[in-house]
Amino acid sequence: MKTAGKISVAILILICFFSIMAPLISKYDPNMINLDHIKEPPSLKHILGTDNKGRDIFSRILYGGRISIVVAVTATLLSMGIGLVIGLCAGFLGGKVDTAIMSFVDLILSFPALLLAIGISIILPPGIYTVMIAITAVGWASFARIIRGYILTLKEALFIEAARALGCSNMRILFRHLMPQCTPLLLVMMGLKLGGYILTEASLSFLGLGAQPPVATWGSMISANRVFISTYPWMVFFPGLMIAVTALCFNTLGDSLKDSYNLKIKG
Amino acid sequence: MLGITLLTFIIIKALPGDPVLSIVGERAHPDVIEKIRKELGTDKNLLRQYLGYVGLLIKGEFGRSYYTNRRVFDDLLLKFPNTLKLALTAMIIAIPVGLILGLISAYKKDTFMDRLISSVSVTGLSVPVFWSGLLIMLFFSLKLKIFPPSGTGDIRFLILPSLTLSLPAIATLSRVTRTTIIEILDMPFVNTARAKGIAELKIKLIHIFKNALIPIVTVIGLDFGSYLNGAVLTETIFGWDGIGRFTMEGIIKRDYPVVMGCVIACTVIFVLINLFVDVIYHYIDPRVRLYENSR
Repeated sequence: MKTAGKISVAILILICFFSIMAPLISKYDPNMINLDHIKEPPSLKHILGTDNKGRDIFSRILYGGRISIVVAVTATLLSMGIGLVIGLCAGFLGGKVDTAIMSFVDLILSFPALLLAIGISIILPPGIYTVMIAITAVGWASFARIIRGYILTLKEALFIEAARALGCSNMRILFRHLMPQCTPLLLVMMGLKLGGYILTEASLSFLGLGAQPPVATWGSMISANRVFISTYPWMVFFPGLMIAVTALCFNTLGDSLKDSYNLKIKG
Repeated sequence: MLGITLLTFIIIKALPGDPVLSIVGERAHPDVIEKIRKELGTDKNLLRQYLGYVGLLIKGEFGRSYYTNRRVFDDLLLKFPNTLKLALTAMIIAIPVGLILGLISAYKKDTFMDRLISSVSVTGLSVPVFWSGLLIMLFFSLKLKIFPPSGTGDIRFLILPSLTLSLPAIATLSRVTRTTIIEILDMPFVNTARAKGIAELKIKLIHIFKNALIPIVTVIGLDFGSYLNGAVLTETIFGWDGIGRFTMEGIIKRDYPVVMGCVIACTVIFVLINLFVDVIYHYIDPRVRLYENSR
Protein backbone atom coordinates (compact mmCIF):
# COMPACT_ATOMS: atom_id res chain seq x y z
CA MET A 1 0.00 0.00 0.00
CA LYS A 2 1.23 3.49 -0.74
CA THR A 3 2.24 5.93 1.98
CA ALA A 4 -0.87 8.04 1.36
CA GLY A 5 -3.04 5.02 2.12
CA LYS A 6 -1.16 4.29 5.32
CA ILE A 7 -1.44 7.88 6.48
CA SER A 8 -5.20 7.84 5.80
CA VAL A 9 -5.63 4.67 7.83
CA ALA A 10 -3.71 6.28 10.69
CA ILE A 11 -5.86 9.42 10.58
CA LEU A 12 -9.06 7.37 10.40
CA ILE A 13 -8.03 5.28 13.39
CA LEU A 14 -7.27 8.48 15.25
CA ILE A 15 -10.67 9.98 14.39
CA CYS A 16 -12.48 6.79 15.45
CA PHE A 17 -10.45 6.57 18.65
CA PHE A 18 -11.26 10.18 19.56
CA SER A 19 -14.95 9.65 18.84
CA ILE A 20 -15.19 6.46 20.87
CA MET A 21 -13.25 7.95 23.76
CA ALA A 22 -15.20 11.22 23.58
CA PRO A 23 -16.30 11.30 27.26
CA LEU A 24 -12.72 10.77 28.43
CA ILE A 25 -11.20 13.35 26.13
CA SER A 26 -13.57 16.24 26.48
CA LYS A 27 -14.97 17.21 29.87
CA TYR A 28 -17.90 19.13 28.37
CA ASP A 29 -21.33 17.61 27.73
CA PRO A 30 -21.95 18.13 23.98
CA ASN A 31 -25.55 19.22 24.55
CA MET A 32 -25.12 21.26 27.71
CA ILE A 33 -26.27 24.82 27.17
CA ASN A 34 -24.15 27.40 28.92
CA LEU A 35 -25.41 30.89 28.21
CA ASP A 36 -22.53 32.53 30.08
CA HIS A 37 -20.08 31.42 27.41
CA ILE A 38 -21.76 31.84 24.05
CA LYS A 39 -19.92 32.34 20.74
CA GLU A 40 -16.46 32.22 22.31
CA PRO A 41 -13.54 31.97 19.88
CA PRO A 42 -11.15 29.02 20.24
CA SER A 43 -9.21 29.25 23.48
CA LEU A 44 -7.42 26.96 25.89
CA LYS A 45 -10.64 26.28 27.77
CA HIS A 46 -12.73 25.53 24.67
CA ILE A 47 -10.15 24.51 22.07
CA LEU A 48 -12.52 24.97 19.12
CA GLY A 49 -14.69 27.65 20.72
CA THR A 50 -18.36 27.55 21.63
CA ASP A 51 -21.55 27.94 19.59
CA ASN A 52 -24.50 30.30 19.96
CA LYS A 53 -25.84 28.36 22.94
CA GLY A 54 -22.49 28.09 24.72
CA ARG A 55 -21.99 24.42 23.81
CA ASP A 56 -18.40 23.27 23.39
CA ILE A 57 -17.76 22.75 19.67
CA PHE A 58 -14.91 20.26 20.22
CA SER A 59 -17.24 18.01 22.27
CA ARG A 60 -19.98 18.30 19.71
CA ILE A 61 -17.57 17.34 16.92
CA LEU A 62 -16.38 14.28 18.87
CA TYR A 63 -19.90 13.08 19.63
CA GLY A 64 -21.13 14.05 16.16
CA GLY A 65 -18.33 11.96 14.68
CA ARG A 66 -19.78 8.87 16.32
CA ILE A 67 -23.05 9.34 14.47
CA SER A 68 -21.57 10.33 11.12
CA ILE A 69 -19.11 7.44 11.04
CA VAL A 70 -21.54 4.81 12.35
CA VAL A 71 -24.19 5.85 9.82
CA ALA A 72 -21.75 5.80 6.92
CA VAL A 73 -20.20 2.46 7.91
CA THR A 74 -23.57 0.77 8.51
CA ALA A 75 -24.98 2.09 5.26
CA THR A 76 -21.91 0.85 3.38
CA LEU A 77 -22.06 -2.62 4.92
CA LEU A 78 -25.80 -2.90 4.27
CA SER A 79 -25.61 -1.76 0.67
CA MET A 80 -22.57 -3.95 0.11
CA GLY A 81 -24.42 -7.00 1.49
CA ILE A 82 -27.54 -6.39 -0.55
CA GLY A 83 -25.56 -5.42 -3.63
CA LEU A 84 -23.33 -8.48 -3.33
CA VAL A 85 -26.21 -10.97 -3.08
CA ILE A 86 -28.21 -9.34 -5.87
CA GLY A 87 -25.18 -8.86 -8.09
CA LEU A 88 -24.12 -12.49 -7.60
CA CYS A 89 -27.62 -13.75 -8.44
CA ALA A 90 -27.97 -11.55 -11.51
CA GLY A 91 -24.53 -12.38 -12.85
CA PHE A 92 -24.66 -16.07 -12.13
CA LEU A 93 -28.25 -16.90 -13.04
CA GLY A 94 -28.35 -14.70 -16.15
CA GLY A 95 -31.34 -14.79 -18.48
CA LYS A 96 -34.64 -13.33 -17.41
CA VAL A 97 -33.66 -12.95 -13.75
CA ASP A 98 -30.66 -10.92 -14.82
CA THR A 99 -32.71 -8.72 -17.13
CA ALA A 100 -35.36 -8.08 -14.46
CA ILE A 101 -32.84 -7.27 -11.74
CA MET A 102 -30.73 -5.08 -13.96
CA SER A 103 -33.72 -3.05 -15.17
CA PHE A 104 -34.55 -2.32 -11.55
CA VAL A 105 -30.93 -1.39 -10.86
CA ASP A 106 -30.95 0.89 -13.88
CA LEU A 107 -34.15 2.47 -12.62
CA ILE A 108 -32.52 3.29 -9.28
CA LEU A 109 -29.35 4.55 -10.96
CA SER A 110 -31.31 6.78 -13.32
CA PHE A 111 -32.30 9.02 -10.42
CA PRO A 112 -29.89 11.69 -9.31
CA ALA A 113 -28.79 9.89 -6.11
CA LEU A 114 -29.17 12.63 -3.53
CA LEU A 115 -32.66 13.56 -4.76
CA LEU A 116 -33.82 9.95 -4.40
CA ALA A 117 -32.25 9.73 -0.94
CA ILE A 118 -34.06 12.92 0.01
CA GLY A 119 -37.29 11.45 -1.30
CA ILE A 120 -36.83 8.28 0.73
CA SER A 121 -35.70 9.98 3.91
CA ILE A 122 -38.82 12.15 4.08
CA ILE A 123 -41.11 9.09 4.12
CA LEU A 124 -39.79 8.02 7.50
CA PRO A 125 -39.51 10.16 10.60
CA PRO A 126 -36.16 11.97 10.52
CA GLY A 127 -33.35 10.31 12.45
CA ILE A 128 -30.17 8.33 11.98
CA TYR A 129 -31.93 5.08 10.98
CA THR A 130 -33.78 6.92 8.26
CA VAL A 131 -30.50 8.23 6.88
CA MET A 132 -29.00 4.72 6.90
CA ILE A 133 -32.02 3.32 5.08
CA ALA A 134 -32.09 6.15 2.55
CA ILE A 135 -28.40 5.78 1.72
CA THR A 136 -28.68 1.98 1.51
CA ALA A 137 -31.80 2.11 -0.65
CA VAL A 138 -29.90 4.15 -3.22
CA GLY A 139 -26.42 2.71 -2.68
CA TRP A 140 -26.92 -1.03 -3.19
CA ALA A 141 -27.58 -0.52 -6.91
CA SER A 142 -24.06 0.53 -7.81
CA PHE A 143 -22.60 -2.37 -5.80
CA ALA A 144 -24.94 -4.81 -7.53
CA ARG A 145 -24.03 -3.51 -10.98
CA ILE A 146 -20.28 -3.75 -10.46
CA ILE A 147 -20.44 -7.18 -8.81
CA ARG A 148 -22.62 -8.45 -11.66
CA GLY A 149 -20.17 -7.21 -14.27
CA TYR A 150 -17.32 -8.86 -12.43
CA ILE A 151 -19.17 -12.17 -12.07
CA LEU A 152 -19.99 -12.16 -15.79
CA THR A 153 -16.29 -12.06 -16.60
CA LEU A 154 -15.42 -14.68 -13.98
CA LYS A 155 -18.19 -17.11 -14.90
CA GLU A 156 -16.34 -18.27 -17.98
CA ALA A 157 -13.02 -18.66 -16.16
CA LEU A 158 -11.24 -22.00 -16.18
CA PHE A 159 -11.38 -22.55 -12.44
CA ILE A 160 -15.17 -22.38 -12.52
CA GLU A 161 -15.25 -24.88 -15.33
CA ALA A 162 -12.94 -27.10 -13.28
CA ALA A 163 -15.18 -26.78 -10.23
CA ARG A 164 -18.17 -27.72 -12.35
CA ALA A 165 -16.32 -30.72 -13.79
CA LEU A 166 -15.58 -31.84 -10.24
CA GLY A 167 -19.32 -31.84 -9.64
CA CYS A 168 -19.70 -28.80 -7.41
CA SER A 169 -23.26 -27.64 -6.95
CA ASN A 170 -24.33 -24.20 -8.17
CA MET A 171 -24.56 -22.97 -4.58
CA ARG A 172 -21.06 -24.16 -3.83
CA ILE A 173 -19.65 -22.51 -6.95
CA LEU A 174 -21.49 -19.32 -6.14
CA PHE A 175 -20.52 -18.96 -2.51
CA ARG A 176 -17.23 -20.86 -2.23
CA HIS A 177 -15.64 -20.12 -5.58
CA LEU A 178 -17.08 -16.88 -6.94
CA MET A 179 -17.78 -14.87 -3.80
CA PRO A 180 -14.23 -14.96 -2.38
CA GLN A 181 -12.99 -13.63 -5.72
CA CYS A 182 -14.99 -10.47 -5.10
CA THR A 183 -13.16 -9.59 -1.88
CA PRO A 184 -10.57 -7.16 -3.30
CA LEU A 185 -13.24 -5.51 -5.41
CA LEU A 186 -15.49 -5.14 -2.37
CA LEU A 187 -12.70 -3.70 -0.22
CA VAL A 188 -11.84 -1.08 -2.81
CA MET A 189 -15.47 -0.15 -3.38
CA MET A 190 -16.02 0.06 0.35
CA GLY A 191 -13.24 2.59 0.73
CA LEU A 192 -14.50 4.70 -2.16
CA LYS A 193 -18.16 4.49 -1.14
CA LEU A 194 -17.51 5.30 2.52
CA GLY A 195 -16.10 8.65 1.50
CA GLY A 196 -19.18 9.34 -0.59
CA TYR A 197 -21.58 8.20 2.12
CA ILE A 198 -19.93 10.43 4.72
CA LEU A 199 -20.80 13.28 2.36
CA THR A 200 -24.36 12.04 1.73
CA GLU A 201 -24.97 11.65 5.46
CA ALA A 202 -23.64 15.16 6.02
CA SER A 203 -25.83 16.54 3.21
CA LEU A 204 -28.98 14.89 4.56
CA SER A 205 -28.29 16.16 8.09
CA PHE A 206 -27.49 19.56 6.61
CA LEU A 207 -30.96 19.54 5.07
CA GLY A 208 -32.44 18.64 8.47
CA LEU A 209 -33.38 15.09 7.51
CA GLY A 210 -30.87 13.36 9.78
CA ALA A 211 -30.43 13.18 13.57
CA GLN A 212 -32.63 15.76 15.22
CA PRO A 213 -31.52 18.56 17.58
CA PRO A 214 -30.06 18.81 20.15
CA VAL A 215 -27.98 15.80 18.97
CA ALA A 216 -25.04 17.04 16.93
CA THR A 217 -23.81 15.64 13.64
CA TRP A 218 -21.19 17.32 11.49
CA GLY A 219 -23.72 18.24 8.81
CA SER A 220 -26.35 19.61 11.17
CA MET A 221 -23.74 21.71 13.00
CA ILE A 222 -22.97 23.46 9.74
CA SER A 223 -26.60 24.09 8.89
CA ALA A 224 -27.43 25.32 12.41
CA ASN A 225 -24.50 27.71 12.50
CA ARG A 226 -24.33 28.87 8.91
CA VAL A 227 -26.04 32.19 9.74
CA PHE A 228 -23.02 33.05 11.89
CA ILE A 229 -20.51 32.41 9.10
CA SER A 230 -19.46 36.06 8.74
CA THR A 231 -18.99 36.82 12.43
CA TYR A 232 -18.09 33.47 14.01
CA PRO A 233 -16.60 31.39 11.19
CA TRP A 234 -15.10 28.73 13.48
CA MET A 235 -18.60 27.39 14.23
CA VAL A 236 -18.92 26.30 10.61
CA PHE A 237 -15.29 25.76 9.73
CA PHE A 238 -14.36 22.91 12.10
CA PRO A 239 -17.32 20.54 11.53
CA GLY A 240 -16.87 20.94 7.76
CA LEU A 241 -13.15 20.30 8.09
CA MET A 242 -13.93 17.04 9.87
CA ILE A 243 -16.30 15.94 7.10
CA ALA A 244 -13.73 16.81 4.46
CA VAL A 245 -10.82 15.10 6.25
CA THR A 246 -12.77 11.91 6.95
CA ALA A 247 -14.13 11.67 3.42
CA LEU A 248 -10.68 12.45 2.03
CA CYS A 249 -9.08 9.67 4.08
CA PHE A 250 -11.65 7.11 2.95
CA ASN A 251 -11.25 8.16 -0.69
CA THR A 252 -7.46 8.04 -0.51
CA LEU A 253 -7.62 4.65 1.18
CA GLY A 254 -9.93 3.37 -1.58
CA ASP A 255 -7.61 4.77 -4.26
CA SER A 256 -4.48 3.23 -2.82
CA LEU A 257 -6.22 -0.12 -2.34
CA LYS A 258 -7.30 0.11 -5.96
CA ASP A 259 -3.73 0.71 -7.05
CA SER A 260 -2.29 -2.07 -4.94
CA TYR A 261 -4.86 -4.61 -6.18
CA ASN A 262 -4.42 -3.21 -9.68
CA LEU A 263 -8.17 -3.08 -10.28
CA LYS A 264 -10.10 -1.04 -12.76
CA ILE A 265 -13.50 0.04 -11.54
CA LYS A 266 -15.98 1.92 -13.58
CA GLY A 267 -19.41 3.11 -12.57
CA MET B 1 -40.10 6.56 -17.44
CA LEU B 2 -43.24 4.92 -16.06
CA GLY B 3 -41.08 3.23 -13.44
CA ILE B 4 -39.77 6.60 -12.33
CA THR B 5 -43.26 8.05 -11.89
CA LEU B 6 -44.40 4.93 -10.02
CA LEU B 7 -41.43 5.01 -7.65
CA THR B 8 -41.82 8.71 -6.89
CA PHE B 9 -45.56 8.25 -6.44
CA ILE B 10 -45.01 5.49 -3.87
CA ILE B 11 -42.47 7.60 -2.05
CA ILE B 12 -44.67 10.66 -1.99
CA LYS B 13 -47.76 8.76 -0.86
CA ALA B 14 -45.86 7.05 1.91
CA LEU B 15 -44.99 10.43 3.40
CA PRO B 16 -46.11 11.03 6.95
CA GLY B 17 -48.24 14.05 7.73
CA ASP B 18 -51.56 14.76 6.11
CA PRO B 19 -51.33 17.54 3.54
CA VAL B 20 -54.97 18.44 4.15
CA LEU B 21 -54.27 19.09 7.81
CA SER B 22 -51.34 21.31 7.02
CA ILE B 23 -53.49 23.42 4.69
CA VAL B 24 -56.42 24.06 6.98
CA GLY B 25 -54.69 23.66 10.34
CA GLU B 26 -55.26 21.10 13.06
CA ARG B 27 -58.49 22.54 14.39
CA ALA B 28 -60.53 22.73 11.19
CA HIS B 29 -64.08 21.38 11.12
CA PRO B 30 -64.30 17.75 9.83
CA ASP B 31 -66.69 18.85 7.02
CA VAL B 32 -64.15 21.35 5.73
CA ILE B 33 -61.44 18.68 5.78
CA GLU B 34 -63.69 16.29 3.86
CA LYS B 35 -64.47 18.98 1.28
CA ILE B 36 -60.80 19.75 0.66
CA ARG B 37 -60.03 16.03 0.42
CA LYS B 38 -62.58 15.75 -2.38
CA GLU B 39 -61.09 18.79 -4.15
CA LEU B 40 -57.58 17.35 -4.00
CA GLY B 41 -58.76 13.89 -4.96
CA THR B 42 -57.04 12.21 -2.00
CA ASP B 43 -60.28 10.43 -1.02
CA LYS B 44 -60.07 8.08 -4.00
CA ASN B 45 -58.08 4.85 -3.79
CA LEU B 46 -54.37 4.85 -4.51
CA LEU B 47 -54.51 3.13 -7.90
CA ARG B 48 -57.01 5.65 -9.24
CA GLN B 49 -54.93 8.48 -7.83
CA TYR B 50 -51.86 7.08 -9.54
CA LEU B 51 -53.62 6.57 -12.89
CA GLY B 52 -55.01 10.09 -12.62
CA TYR B 53 -51.52 11.37 -11.93
CA VAL B 54 -49.96 9.61 -14.91
CA GLY B 55 -52.82 10.86 -17.08
CA LEU B 56 -52.04 14.39 -16.01
CA LEU B 57 -48.31 13.89 -16.57
CA ILE B 58 -48.92 12.83 -20.15
CA LYS B 59 -50.74 16.10 -20.66
CA GLY B 60 -47.72 17.91 -19.23
CA GLU B 61 -49.52 18.71 -16.00
CA PHE B 62 -47.79 18.13 -12.66
CA GLY B 63 -50.76 19.08 -10.51
CA ARG B 64 -51.08 22.17 -8.39
CA SER B 65 -49.13 23.18 -5.31
CA TYR B 66 -51.17 22.59 -2.16
CA TYR B 67 -50.09 25.98 -0.86
CA THR B 68 -50.04 28.51 -3.64
CA ASN B 69 -52.53 26.62 -5.83
CA ARG B 70 -50.27 27.48 -8.76
CA ARG B 71 -49.59 24.82 -11.36
CA VAL B 72 -46.33 23.08 -10.48
CA PHE B 73 -45.45 22.84 -14.14
CA ASP B 74 -45.59 26.64 -14.49
CA ASP B 75 -43.39 27.12 -11.45
CA LEU B 76 -40.94 24.54 -12.75
CA LEU B 77 -40.78 26.32 -16.10
CA LEU B 78 -40.20 29.56 -14.24
CA LYS B 79 -37.39 28.20 -12.07
CA PHE B 80 -35.78 25.79 -14.51
CA PRO B 81 -33.92 28.46 -16.52
CA ASN B 82 -32.25 29.62 -13.30
CA THR B 83 -31.01 26.12 -12.48
CA LEU B 84 -29.96 25.62 -16.09
CA LYS B 85 -28.00 28.88 -16.01
CA LEU B 86 -26.27 27.71 -12.83
CA ALA B 87 -25.51 24.24 -14.20
CA LEU B 88 -24.24 25.56 -17.54
CA THR B 89 -21.97 28.12 -15.89
CA ALA B 90 -20.65 25.41 -13.61
CA MET B 91 -20.01 23.25 -16.69
CA ILE B 92 -18.27 26.09 -18.51
CA ILE B 93 -15.93 26.38 -15.53
CA ALA B 94 -15.56 22.65 -14.92
CA ILE B 95 -14.93 21.23 -18.40
CA PRO B 96 -11.82 23.18 -19.43
CA VAL B 97 -10.30 23.22 -15.96
CA GLY B 98 -10.97 19.52 -15.37
CA LEU B 99 -9.66 18.53 -18.81
CA ILE B 100 -6.50 20.59 -18.55
CA LEU B 101 -5.72 19.30 -15.06
CA GLY B 102 -6.37 15.73 -16.18
CA LEU B 103 -4.18 16.08 -19.29
CA ILE B 104 -1.31 17.62 -17.36
CA SER B 105 -1.37 14.95 -14.71
CA ALA B 106 -1.59 12.13 -17.26
CA TYR B 107 1.31 13.36 -19.39
CA LYS B 108 3.43 14.22 -16.36
CA LYS B 109 2.60 10.92 -14.69
CA ASP B 110 4.36 10.27 -11.37
CA THR B 111 5.93 13.71 -11.21
CA PHE B 112 5.34 16.29 -8.53
CA MET B 113 2.70 18.05 -10.69
CA ASP B 114 0.76 14.80 -11.10
CA ARG B 115 0.76 14.10 -7.38
CA LEU B 116 -0.29 17.66 -6.62
CA ILE B 117 -3.17 17.59 -9.10
CA SER B 118 -4.27 14.13 -8.01
CA SER B 119 -4.38 15.09 -4.37
CA VAL B 120 -6.23 18.32 -5.18
CA SER B 121 -8.83 16.35 -7.11
CA VAL B 122 -9.33 13.75 -4.37
CA THR B 123 -9.82 16.66 -2.00
CA GLY B 124 -12.35 18.16 -4.40
CA LEU B 125 -14.33 14.93 -4.23
CA SER B 126 -14.25 14.86 -0.45
CA VAL B 127 -15.27 18.39 0.43
CA PRO B 128 -19.02 18.81 0.96
CA VAL B 129 -20.43 21.48 -1.38
CA PHE B 130 -22.41 23.15 1.36
CA TRP B 131 -19.21 23.71 3.33
CA SER B 132 -17.04 24.81 0.42
CA GLY B 133 -19.93 27.04 -0.64
CA LEU B 134 -20.04 28.73 2.74
CA LEU B 135 -16.26 29.19 2.77
CA ILE B 136 -16.32 30.62 -0.76
CA MET B 137 -19.12 32.93 0.32
CA LEU B 138 -17.17 33.96 3.41
CA PHE B 139 -14.03 34.70 1.45
CA PHE B 140 -15.29 36.35 -1.72
CA SER B 141 -18.34 38.21 -0.56
CA LEU B 142 -17.95 38.85 3.13
CA LYS B 143 -14.18 39.47 3.34
CA LEU B 144 -13.27 40.69 -0.15
CA LYS B 145 -16.76 42.02 -0.95
CA ILE B 146 -16.37 41.26 -4.67
CA PHE B 147 -19.59 39.33 -5.17
CA PRO B 148 -22.97 39.53 -3.44
CA PRO B 149 -23.41 36.67 -0.91
CA SER B 150 -26.83 35.49 -1.98
CA GLY B 151 -29.82 36.13 -4.18
CA THR B 152 -30.92 35.61 -7.75
CA GLY B 153 -29.93 37.98 -10.46
CA ASP B 154 -27.28 38.82 -13.03
CA ILE B 155 -23.89 37.28 -13.57
CA ARG B 156 -22.44 38.61 -10.31
CA PHE B 157 -24.88 36.47 -8.37
CA LEU B 158 -24.17 33.51 -10.60
CA ILE B 159 -20.42 33.19 -10.18
CA LEU B 160 -20.06 31.98 -6.58
CA PRO B 161 -22.73 29.24 -6.66
CA SER B 162 -21.54 27.91 -9.99
CA LEU B 163 -17.93 27.95 -8.79
CA THR B 164 -19.04 25.89 -5.78
CA LEU B 165 -20.99 23.52 -7.96
CA SER B 166 -18.10 23.04 -10.37
CA LEU B 167 -15.56 21.89 -7.75
CA PRO B 168 -16.63 18.22 -7.48
CA ALA B 169 -17.16 18.11 -11.24
CA ILE B 170 -13.62 19.37 -11.88
CA ALA B 171 -12.35 16.66 -9.55
CA THR B 172 -14.17 13.76 -11.23
CA LEU B 173 -13.41 15.01 -14.72
CA SER B 174 -9.69 15.37 -14.12
CA ARG B 175 -9.49 11.92 -12.50
CA VAL B 176 -11.29 10.23 -15.38
CA THR B 177 -9.24 12.10 -17.97
CA ARG B 178 -6.04 11.05 -16.24
CA THR B 179 -6.85 7.32 -16.02
CA THR B 180 -8.22 7.14 -19.56
CA ILE B 181 -5.24 8.88 -21.14
CA ILE B 182 -2.77 6.76 -19.18
CA GLU B 183 -4.51 3.62 -20.45
CA ILE B 184 -4.40 4.84 -24.04
CA LEU B 185 -0.73 5.84 -23.86
CA ASP B 186 0.25 2.15 -23.93
CA MET B 187 -1.80 1.32 -27.02
CA PRO B 188 -0.02 0.29 -30.23
CA PHE B 189 -1.50 3.07 -32.36
CA VAL B 190 0.38 5.63 -30.28
CA ASN B 191 3.66 3.91 -31.13
CA THR B 192 2.66 3.80 -34.78
CA ALA B 193 1.97 7.51 -34.78
CA ARG B 194 5.34 8.18 -33.15
CA ALA B 195 7.09 5.93 -35.64
CA LYS B 196 5.49 7.84 -38.47
CA GLY B 197 7.19 10.93 -37.08
CA ILE B 198 4.12 12.87 -36.12
CA ALA B 199 4.89 15.70 -33.73
CA GLU B 200 4.62 14.66 -30.10
CA LEU B 201 2.23 17.50 -29.25
CA LYS B 202 -0.05 16.54 -32.12
CA ILE B 203 -0.15 12.94 -30.93
CA LYS B 204 -0.96 14.02 -27.42
CA LEU B 205 -3.62 16.55 -28.24
CA ILE B 206 -5.28 14.96 -31.27
CA HIS B 207 -4.59 11.24 -31.59
CA ILE B 208 -4.78 10.30 -27.93
CA PHE B 209 -7.35 12.83 -26.86
CA LYS B 210 -9.81 11.80 -29.55
CA ASN B 211 -9.68 8.22 -28.33
CA ALA B 212 -10.15 9.28 -24.75
CA LEU B 213 -13.30 11.25 -25.49
CA ILE B 214 -15.90 8.55 -24.81
CA PRO B 215 -15.33 8.10 -21.07
CA ILE B 216 -14.83 11.83 -20.74
CA VAL B 217 -18.14 12.64 -22.42
CA THR B 218 -19.88 10.00 -20.28
CA VAL B 219 -18.56 11.63 -17.16
CA ILE B 220 -19.65 15.07 -18.33
CA GLY B 221 -23.15 13.66 -18.85
CA LEU B 222 -23.19 11.95 -15.48
CA ASP B 223 -21.86 15.11 -13.86
CA PHE B 224 -25.05 16.79 -14.89
CA GLY B 225 -26.77 14.56 -12.35
CA SER B 226 -24.34 15.75 -9.71
CA TYR B 227 -25.17 19.33 -10.65
CA LEU B 228 -28.83 18.56 -10.00
CA ASN B 229 -27.93 16.94 -6.66
CA GLY B 230 -25.62 19.76 -5.74
CA ALA B 231 -28.17 22.33 -6.83
CA VAL B 232 -30.42 21.42 -3.90
CA LEU B 233 -27.62 22.26 -1.46
CA THR B 234 -25.96 25.11 -3.33
CA GLU B 235 -29.19 26.89 -4.19
CA THR B 236 -30.31 26.65 -0.56
CA ILE B 237 -27.07 28.23 0.62
CA PHE B 238 -26.84 30.98 -1.96
CA GLY B 239 -30.56 31.68 -2.08
CA TRP B 240 -30.62 31.04 -5.83
CA ASP B 241 -34.21 30.75 -7.00
CA GLY B 242 -34.01 27.48 -8.94
CA ILE B 243 -35.42 23.96 -8.88
CA GLY B 244 -33.12 22.89 -6.03
CA ARG B 245 -34.45 25.47 -3.59
CA PHE B 246 -37.97 24.81 -4.85
CA THR B 247 -37.53 21.10 -3.97
CA MET B 248 -36.23 21.92 -0.50
CA GLU B 249 -39.14 24.28 0.20
CA GLY B 250 -41.54 21.62 -1.03
CA ILE B 251 -40.00 19.05 1.33
CA ILE B 252 -40.25 21.35 4.32
CA LYS B 253 -43.89 22.26 3.61
CA ARG B 254 -44.88 18.70 2.61
CA ASP B 255 -46.08 20.11 -0.68
CA TYR B 256 -46.20 16.71 -2.44
CA PRO B 257 -47.00 17.81 -6.00
CA VAL B 258 -44.05 20.21 -5.85
CA VAL B 259 -41.56 17.59 -4.58
CA MET B 260 -42.88 15.01 -7.02
CA GLY B 261 -42.76 17.45 -9.92
CA CYS B 262 -39.19 18.46 -9.06
CA VAL B 263 -37.91 14.91 -8.68
CA ILE B 264 -39.57 13.80 -11.91
CA ALA B 265 -38.44 16.85 -13.81
CA CYS B 266 -34.83 16.46 -12.64
CA THR B 267 -34.79 12.74 -13.37
CA VAL B 268 -36.29 13.19 -16.82
CA ILE B 269 -33.69 15.83 -17.61
CA PHE B 270 -30.95 13.55 -16.33
CA VAL B 271 -32.20 10.58 -18.36
CA LEU B 272 -32.55 12.69 -21.51
CA ILE B 273 -29.02 14.04 -21.15
CA ASN B 274 -27.61 10.55 -20.80
CA LEU B 275 -29.63 9.43 -23.80
CA PHE B 276 -28.19 12.36 -25.74
CA VAL B 277 -24.71 11.34 -24.62
CA ASP B 278 -25.34 7.80 -25.85
CA VAL B 279 -26.36 9.15 -29.23
CA ILE B 280 -23.33 11.38 -29.64
CA TYR B 281 -21.01 8.44 -28.89
CA HIS B 282 -21.62 7.41 -32.45
CA TYR B 283 -20.35 10.72 -33.78
CA ILE B 284 -17.32 10.75 -31.51
CA ASP B 285 -16.39 7.17 -32.22
CA PRO B 286 -17.92 5.56 -35.31
CA ARG B 287 -16.96 2.14 -33.89
CA VAL B 288 -19.89 2.50 -31.48
CA ARG B 289 -22.96 1.51 -33.41
CA LEU B 290 -26.40 2.89 -32.61
CA TYR B 291 -29.26 0.51 -31.79
CA GLU B 292 -26.85 -2.16 -30.69
CA ASN B 293 -27.67 -3.99 -27.51
CA SER B 294 -24.95 -2.93 -25.15
CA ARG B 295 -25.16 -5.96 -22.90
